[in-house]
Amino acid sequence: MKQIKGINDFVVKFANVNGTGSASANHLFAKSIFRMGIPVSPRNIFPSNIQGLPTWYEVRVSKNGYLGRRGGVDLMVCVNPQSMEKDIASVEPGGYFLYDSTKPLASHLKRDDITIIGIPLTEMCMKEFPVPRLQQLLKNVVYVGALAALLDIDFAVLKGLLNDQFKGKEKLISSNVHALEMGYQYATENYQCPLPIRLEKGGNVAPHILETPHILMNGNTAAALGAIYGGATVAAWYPITPSTSVVDAFAKYAKRLRIDAGSGKKNYAIVQAEDELAAMGMVVGASWNGARAFTATSGPGVSLMSEFLGLAYFAEIPVVLINVQRSGPSTGMPTRSQQSDVLASAYASHGDTKQVLLFPATPQECFEMTVQAFDLSERLQTPVIMMSDLDLGMNDWMSPPLEWDDDYEMDRGKVLDAEGLDNVETWGRYLDVDGDGICYRTLPGTHPDKGAFFTRGSSKNEMAVYSESGEDYVQNVDRLLRKFDTAKKLVPEPKTHPPIEVKKPKTKLKLGALFFGTSASPAYEAVEMLAKEGYPIDTMRIRAFPFHTDLDQFIHDHDVVFVIEQNRDGQMRQLIMNECQIAPTKLTSVLNYSGTPITARDIANQIRQGLDTKSAKVVPLHKETA
Amino acid sequence: MSYVKPKFRHPRLPTNRLGFTVADYDGAISTLCAGCGHDSISASIRSACFESSLPPHRIAKVSGIGCSSKMPTYFLGKSHGFNSVHGRMPSVATGASLANRDLTYIGVSGDGDTASIGMGQFVHLVRRNVNMTYIVANNGCYGLTKGQDSATADLGSVSKYGDVNGFDGIDLASLAILQGASFVARSFSGDKEQLVPLIRAAMAHNGFAFIDVVSPCVTFNNHSGSTKSYEETRAHLDMMPLDFVPMREEIKAQYDEGTSKSVTLHDGSAIHLKKAISGHETDNRQTALNTIQQANAENRVLTGLLFLDPNSQNLNTKLELATRPLNELGKDELCPGSKVLKSINEGLR
Ligand SMILES: Cc1ncc(C[n+]2csc(CCOP(=O)(O)OP(=O)(O)O)c2C)c(N)n1
Ligand code: SF4
Ligand SMILES: [Mg+2]
Repeated sequence: MKQIKGINDFVVKFANVNGTGSASANHLFAKSIFRMGIPVSPRNIFPSNIQGLPTWYEVRVSKNGYLGRRGGVDLMVCVNPQSMEKDIASVEPGGYFLYDSTKPLASHLKRDDITIIGIPLTEMCMKEFPVPRLQQLLKNVVYVGALAALLDIDFAVLKGLLNDQFKGKEKLISSNVHALEMGYQYATENYQCPLPIRLEKGGNVAPHILETPHILMNGNTAAALGAIYGGATVAAWYPITPSTSVVDAFAKYAKRLRIDAGSGKKNYAIVQAEDELAAMGMVVGASWNGARAFTATSGPGVSLMSEFLGLAYFAEIPVVLINVQRSGPSTGMPTRSQQSDVLASAYASHGDTKQVLLFPATPQECFEMTVQAFDLSERLQTPVIMMSDLDLGMNDWMSPPLEWDDDYEMDRGKVLDAEGLDNVETWGRYLDVDGDGICYRTLPGTHPDKGAFFTRGSSKNEMAVYSESGEDYVQNVDRLLRKFDTAKKLVPEPKTHPPIEVKKPKTKLKLGALFFGTSASPAYEAVEMLAKEGYPIDTMRIRAFPFHTDLDQFIHDHDVVFVIEQNRDGQMRQLIMNECQIAPTKLTSVLNYSGTPITARDIANQIRQGLDTKSAKVVPLHKETA
Repeated sequence: MSYVKPKFRHPRLPTNRLGFTVADYDGAISTLCAGCGHDSISASIRSACFESSLPPHRIAKVSGIGCSSKMPTYFLGKSHGFNSVHGRMPSVATGASLANRDLTYIGVSGDGDTASIGMGQFVHLVRRNVNMTYIVANNGCYGLTKGQDSATADLGSVSKYGDVNGFDGIDLASLAILQGASFVARSFSGDKEQLVPLIRAAMAHNGFAFIDVVSPCVTFNNHSGSTKSYEETRAHLDMMPLDFVPMREEIKAQYDEGTSKSVTLHDGSAIHLKKAISGHETDNRQTALNTIQQANAENRVLTGLLFLDPNSQNLNTKLELATRPLNELGKDELCPGSKVLKSINEGLR
């Protein structure tokens, strides 16, 4: 049998039962690789359930720093008999299968094209630890110990992590270290260690990666920090996976960083609202009154917030909404990742609305774009929706450290204070004085007799006086379009990558790929794979809506443009078709909407198929390719 | 913030402590139907703010959707106002109050806006004790959508279209008391004598102050058979008269011992209740509920102060907010800077 080989370049997947303490052991495994300086990207694939259902944790190790999913599994660690049949079948030929051999592997499951590693985890723990709960918890640590031997994890790093995790709880540290050693010893005594796939500190890791002092963090925490640094003072929310940890993290940091030194009181308010309607209403009320306010939610919450998003659009009230996307309804697959709220967010609400969207692709961007969202929403006096997703929001990503410029000043936009009001000759809330579609706001309580007005939807004239005249309405909503045009110049521009040089290109067609958010990482990897096969593909990563004019140009400059995204209907493709002056036939969808993040292999496959057919039309593939 | 007096005064109109005349509290001309109860409420709010010498620009008006929610256009033209979303004014008010705790908030809603589409938000507003005055202009119907029954329509009341309402009406005042509201009153739009001091007291109250005001809809719910017509309301009115005595002012009126008593508000002002109802204690939720229930059973429209807890803690206090309004904080107070971020990065390695 030919075994899979490789240093710092493989995929490990853990199959567990949720609620059994596997999460912290698996995290320990991933973090130890990170501390060894080797690029790693772990992902939770979990059910909408608290205890007893199958859950997976996939860890990609990549010397080149590919952080998206590759596709396929090289080493499966299976501690869940429920899913064993599928799990063992999913291992790549030549791969490895580690399982709890307390109960021997059923003969019909056996494969002779993979290496099977049995470790009697349950039996070892029953013998060693007296308390049932400990037996269950430490079973997970025992397999991490075995992996330390099999994959060559630095044992000192593991110990260091346990010390950090259980600071001051000596008993816990020693029982955990003991469990690690049990696994380590069993593996070394019974199997050839390390395996042909293994880790090596430094080793073949790309130098630019080694030089960066990376951090490991999830997008939701980064967004929460963005809200802290961006000066948010009011957070109103209603719990919903996968957005919940945004406000959780905001609360954690605010408690530390936002206490008034003199009084010990809070320079922020967090309200757990009764529902998402109320959460958005509170944000609207607070922003109307001049505070920086935000909320975080996911699909069903966006639906409920939709009426307020419409009002905020027409009444021109800044709103920051962090939309951590997931798939479908509450009884859909709420714990699975998708990019499927693109259209619902871009055109959220009643009447002619267009909302500003930001698309972060990394935790670093979650941080920066949240700050930007506050600036943009106040500058543009409109909602700004940051479109994260479960994969980015809840999984740990290796990222360059977060950076902050102490010269940053909040952009509070066009707000007239008392002095400003005294200095202006005629003021009308909806007078487009500067011609950019953005008018001057006033806040309640500012001036004794100037600047007061009645905020309402669209039945008003430029002076904010009640009007149902068609002309006034048209003038107003046309100005809103002008404002949306101004937004184009203010939102983050798309990123292009210089094409990878291909010596003998196999096609004369000029190929391009468009993508955004979490589709970016695997897309870049797929493009590199295809370049090696002779297909040069230019890339553009979309970072905001309204689209930059560069996007039109990019599409014009290419014969075939693949739009890579994670939803069924090619929503970004549709949005581009709607908003850009381009021939839709140029745009070919590359899709994945299975709920598990798209893989580089899947993207490459779909593009290959697209190139095979003359029309370059791609049939959506929702099945993951091995 | 400045509290500048207006530049000139109308020579004939009396002025308040700030030098404002009542005209300084005017709004736009009403476009509601002539005789609509809501216009009388607007007038009472205007008088209350004038008499209490509140600087108009330090008041913020919020409302939902409905004829009643249009009201804020028609008073306090120097105050900011927000005609928000049907049934969702409570959340807007909550956010606004968190952003700036220093303004006075007046919320105006309808019985449809509050008791149906907005019931959820209303109950939670009560529960949070947001520091504001919340007035429901209660006409037992949806005025703006042309007269459908609302959830406060009384059992047996006949609609303009001749249908008899077969459901028990929701009593918002009882509900508010049950849910822990700290100030609950009922009044009648046609009774300025009582409504003005009630609104003044509500605005002086520290916390959520609720006033359910019966406010007849002349166009859709003022016919015979309707229990919320002017005639029916007047015929069954059981009024508990009261005076509002602001802090720093002496009680000048003479009151009869035994039939009257005073309750002091958080800021030192007082409400003087001029009629005692046996067994009804305004500081006791249970007796307040009993009194209301008995009045309802006897077909009396009982108006006046129903319940008051002067020492309630409002949302800002419960959340331990700093005293400076959140909307005044700048980069120095809010942004922890690059050094802190460096140490956060350290913790993520
Ligand atoms: C979401 C939504 N649904 C329905 C309406 C239509 N609508 C406008 S006002 C109103 C009822 C208002 O009744 P009420 O609050 O009692 O006010 P009134 O007009 O009686 O003063 C309705 C149903 C709306 N504006 N928004
Ligand atoms: S319809 Fe009724 S509630 Fe509306 S303005 Fe006319 S009288 Fe008032
Ligand atoms: Mg009504």
